[in-house]
Amino acid sequence: MERTTIDLWVGVFVALGVAALLGLAMKVGNLTTSDIGETYTVTANFENIGGLKPRAPVKSAGVVVGRVGGIKFDPASFEAVVSLNIDKRYQFPNDTFANIYTAGLLGEQYIALEPGGDEINLKNGDKIAQTQDAVVLEKMISQFLYNKASETTAPAVAAEKQAESTETGDDTLGSNPLDNLTAPAK
Amino acid sequence: MAQNIVGQNIVEIDNLSFGYKGRLLHKGINMAFPKGKVVAIMGGSGSGKTTLLRLIGGQIKPNEGEVRVDGEVVHQQTREGIYQLRRKMGMLFQHGALFTDLSVFENVAFPMREHTDLPESMIRDLVLMKLHAVGLRGAHKLMPAELSGGMSRRVALARAIALDPEIIMYDEPFAGLDPISMGVICDLIRTLNDALGATSIIVSHDVKETFLIADYVYFVADGRVAAEGTPEDLQVSSLPFVHQFVHGEKDGPVPFHYAAGDYKQDLMELDP
Amino acid sequence: MTRVGLLVRLARTLRNIGHRFVDRLWRLGAGARLFWLTLISSGESFRRPWLVIREVYSTGVLSLIIILVSAFFVGMVLGLQGYNTLQRYGSSEAIGVLVALALVRELGPVVTALLFAGRAGTAITAEIGLMKATEQLSAMEMMAVSPVSRVIAPRFWAGVISMPILATLFSMVGILGGYMVAVPLIGVDAGAFWSQMQANVDWRDDIVNGLIKSVVFGVACTIIALFEGYDAPPTAEGVSRATTRTVVTSSLVVLGLDFVLTSFMITV
Repeated sequence: MERTTIDLWVGVFVALGVAALLGLAMKVGNLTTSDIGETYTVTANFENIGGLKPRAPVKSAGVVVGRVGGIKFDPASFEAVVSLNIDKRYQFPNDTFANIYTAGLLGEQYIALEPGGDEINLKNGDKIAQTQDAVVLEKMISQFLYNKASETTAPAVAAEKQAESTETGDDTLGSNPLDNLTAPAK
Repeated sequence: MAQNIVGQNIVEIDNLSFGYKGRLLHKGINMAFPKGKVVAIMGGSGSGKTTLLRLIGGQIKPNEGEVRVDGEVVHQQTREGIYQLRRKMGMLFQHGALFTDLSVFENVAFPMREHTDLPESMIRDLVLMKLHAVGLRGAHKLMPAELSGGMSRRVALARAIALDPEIIMYDEPFAGLDPISMGVICDLIRTLNDALGATSIIVSHDVKETFLIADYVYFVADGRVAAEGTPEDLQVSSLPFVHQFVHGEKDGPVPFHYAAGDYKQDLMELDP
Repeated sequence: MTRVGLLVRLARTLRNIGHRFVDRLWRLGAGARLFWLTLISSGESFRRPWLVIREVYSTGVLSLIIILVSAFFVGMVLGLQGYNTLQRYGSSEAIGVLVALALVRELGPVVTALLFAGRAGTAITAEIGLMKATEQLSAMEMMAVSPVSRVIAPRFWAGVISMPILATLFSMVGILGGYMVAVPLIGVDAGAFWSQMQANVDWRDDIVNGLIKSVVFGVACTIIALFEGYDAPPTAEGVSRATTRTVVTSSLVVLGLDFVLTSFMITV
């Protein structure tokens, strides 16, 4: 075959390959929505991060505004220190809430930022003061059961408490879980 | 190292031994190839003739002894050194060994394109000249698959002389050719050798054609040079091996029967 | 059979196995040596890209048909099978995610590699083996041209370039095949198909990893094909056995490497 014909076909071949790659990147993957821009980093402390992983999305009003950077453990306060890399385009006030929510019922966990009303915005290196921990499934179930129990009369409560303790034999169904859940988050 | 021909040697083989896995193919071979002459290496199949060509070309190393080309010991050269030596050589392989994905023209142009910086116009002229010398200038557009055996060998010959080598080696150039093609190749080997002032080394077992053009012949048997001399000397030689070979006798030093036990015993034996 | 006879048979079998094992080790070493030689002889391939381009045509462009047709069918089957299972859990809209992830992460690189080994790999082995049998490689050597740099290295780089391109095309066409089955045929919502896919296929973790796999497979398959051809005994039987070995060895190596690479990628 002629030199030029082969060249043409190879050129077409490589072009197709590049086009397919671009197609995959744009249409199939999440390249357009990932953080290609510059980011600034803030930290947030949580008592329990649940299943939060690095590179998990940081959303506000449901829109991805950044990614979780690193997750470290602070041995002094026994809390998880999470770094958030937020797109530079978006500024958040100092009193923003950082909550850990779950996408869907059993999906992956992400950080939701609920802005406060402060006039001063968060800067690179700042720390988000108000955080809410991830919901741990077991605690949620026990809270639900406890709520149900406290609706009935007091002796019935005591009797049920007895019954539940003996039924499950689980110590976590004691008096503490409720307290933890309704205590103000730090 | 008996030398009956006058002239400086361009290739010398000195006490060469070569073999694999304990079996020696060559046991102390001495040969000399003077400049400008056509020298033949003959012998039975499997006597290691083609291997000698490979040793000269540096494709394999001897166990003992030396092969010298233009005064340089081949197996002591660096890779670059061997490549330099090879540029002085041209080799015609047994079945031509043309590159099947290139046309006749491109096959002959190959060594020129690889080793010279000549412009395309000059290469074109040279290629056509070489092809003309072997009578195939009109076939330069064909692909190797379209050539007959004789034709492809001639193209391979044109390729072998593309860079005007000083040494041209032929590996069984007459094998499997029709009489006309044989005559053509025979004539070309001699003519080109004289025209280029080169030295030709022919490995063959074709007595008639080789004796027509060779200046000197070495006979190889049992890993040694069994006999040597001009074709005229060997034609009338009384050495049994030479006589059997030259006259194509059925039995002699090279036996007819492969080693076997007693005939009667074999026939009388019951199946095991 | 006598006890001695049995022992002799056993000894012979063991020696056979040992011999074959040593032979495989030797081939592995020789193959590694050829790989190294190919890499250091690659200068010519970069100085004369036409050599590589010609081989990309042979290995890549000529494999397009089989790759694209297979991809389309694989994608369609994924669509059917996936839908069949997902709709049982009411998650039929995740069909896009299923097809895309299966293709981009695994089926694209792996199936392409297997098809490549079968089509392009055997062609390379046969070609090189035949060149060796007809003394073309020897002739090149005698003309002071290194066959590794002129014949082997360009084919190597052509394979390494072709494989990722083919794998990417496989994934893309497969996804289209899945789309064809899911949306027009079955009736899954087109918007849901693409949006769920976009939300769940990650550029770095999925697409780039798939690309890395296909490059590694390209290196493996091509060098195996080249080695088998280069090493084949110069007879008809030798070459045909070599082509069979190319397919078998390439397939096993690809699947093994797939496991190794996947385990790396999943933990990262």
